[in-house]
Amino acid sequence: MKWFLHKLAMMFGAEGRKASASEETEAAREMKKFKKTPEQVIKRKEIIDHEHQYPLVSNKWRNLRWLSIIVINAMFIVSFAWDVQLVEGSMSASRFLGFHMADPNAALQVFLAFKELVLNLVIGTVTVVLLWWIVGGRAFCSWACPYHLLAEWAEAIHLFLARKGWVKDHPFHRGLRVVLWVIFMALAFLSGYTVFEYINPVGIVSRALIYGPTVALVWVIFLLGFEIFFSRRFWCRYVCPIGLTYGITGAVAPVQIKYDLEKCVHEGECRAVCLVPHVLEITKMGYASDTTEYIGPDCTRCGLCVDACPQEALTFTVRGLDKII
Amino acid sequence: MTDGSDTPKPAAAPKKRLTRRELERRRLLIRSFGLGIAAVTAGLVGWYPVYKRLFDRLRPPGALDEREFLAACIKCGQCVQVCPVEAIKLADGDEGYGLGVPYIDARAQACDFSCDAVQCVLACPTGALSHEIAHKEEVTMGFARLSRPESCLAMKGEGFKGLARGYDFEGLLRYEEIDRWDPQPVASYPYDLEICDLCVRECPIKGAISLEPMSDDPADKRRIPVVHEACVGCGTCEMICPTEPASIIIDTELTLEAQA
Repeated sequence: MKWFLHKLAMMFGAEGRKASASEETEAAREMKKFKKTPEQVIKRKEIIDHEHQYPLVSNKWRNLRWLSIIVINAMFIVSFAWDVQLVEGSMSASRFLGFHMADPNAALQVFLAFKELVLNLVIGTVTVVLLWWIVGGRAFCSWACPYHLLAEWAEAIHLFLARKGWVKDHPFHRGLRVVLWVIFMALAFLSGYTVFEYINPVGIVSRALIYGPTVALVWVIFLLGFEIFFSRRFWCRYVCPIGLTYGITGAVAPVQIKYDLEKCVHEGECRAVCLVPHVLEITKMGYASDTTEYIGPDCTRCGLCVDACPQEALTFTVRGLDKII
Repeated sequence: MTDGSDTPKPAAAPKKRLTRRELERRRLLIRSFGLGIAAVTAGLVGWYPVYKRLFDRLRPPGALDEREFLAACIKCGQCVQVCPVEAIKLADGDEGYGLGVPYIDARAQACDFSCDAVQCVLACPTGALSHEIAHKEEVTMGFARLSRPESCLAMKGEGFKGLARGYDFEGLLRYEEIDRWDPQPVASYPYDLEICDLCVRECPIKGAISLEPMSDDPADKRRIPVVHEACVGCGTCEMICPTEPASIIIDTELTLEAQA
């Protein structure tokens, strides 16, 4: 429990750390000790060398995910363009086959600014929260958000330029996202305007896709440029309050990424590809609290680490179900 | 940095040199603070056009008062999707907090109530378009005003022949006598009128506007369009008015006065 609270705290900006002796299970302690024996250290090194010599490249989850983002957004687009009434509206609120859906973050802002509770919005928000709770809260980010896809491409450019030595990543403090979340909610309440929606690239991109391009896209291009040249994935990592809202939504979600300490050789491939590397702190040597554990609430379930891990130490799982099977 | 932690520090200690790690950390915090300020500032920029009232937009039927409307609208565009004549547009970033909020450019495409049941109101998930409205007669978007009486054809006693807005005008209008369910392009419907009464003829609201004689002289063909209490401000008169610019426009401010 204490270890889970630590992971929750990490979502709110806390630094990663080793599991303390009291948080560690007996089995984990034994395993870590075994892993530190000289023959195991040598064996791991051999495995890693072999990996580097024959790298396995898998994009299975990434491809599935891109397909998911494209299909979800295409459903919005064709619903309006061809009037098929599949998902009417945009990412902030819509009707899926007639059922109300609402982005919990946008709905919360409207509630704070408008100060009235509208039944349709409550129904829409609850539906969305339940749906995304099942697949893991921030799964919205990596499996549905249109900005996420653009940001992933910007990230690829950033990493390319960084390898050339032309740009450098400037990280920010992750606590900033929490501070901004509070500020924007307070601003909505005090000003009576949904202030964040003015700079929300998710809404701008979604509406531009459905209703046609707008000048507001310049802002999105600016953000992507900032990510390419100055700070890797800065919007999703340090700013976006929607991500935090979904993170809270899915803090104890059924769908999880499971970490297997025994299989892990600690070379850190997963942390290198992750949008939220702090959730993978447990993959560092000696950090895990148990021999298997779920990686935490801030995880977007994007599966990049699952694809990246040559040891299959990280896998998709459904909480509880994995114990039954 | 020295490691002599147990030696008492002199009162005026020489400036402590930071380690690389501490320096990085300090930079990160300063940078984060800057980004926080920048993000909030960017958000507040949207307040300016709203505060200065740079835009005076005609909002869709059922819209709450402007301030409440901006608060309640979730910017999803469902109202845009259901409108049969596609009268509703979403505002761009130059309108500040009006970004993504629906408006109607009546001159380009008015709300002609082709849908009968105020579909946009039914579609609105947040009540920004108030669900209290169920009939077109209850709408209060604005109020028509004869803004350029000098150019009004009826007031000059002139008729009108041809296409109201030219052959390349894309606006739609419900011509009940042609097809009640399918709004027709205004450009497909030529008129031949002895006295121009387009604003009265095409008004979708009963008793909202009428042409009144300008003198007791029966030979005087001049007529004046008079807007009545029933006007809801849909903008059909503004769209159909054949003069350029329109002689009659929708005044959004007049509604506020009428409501007060």
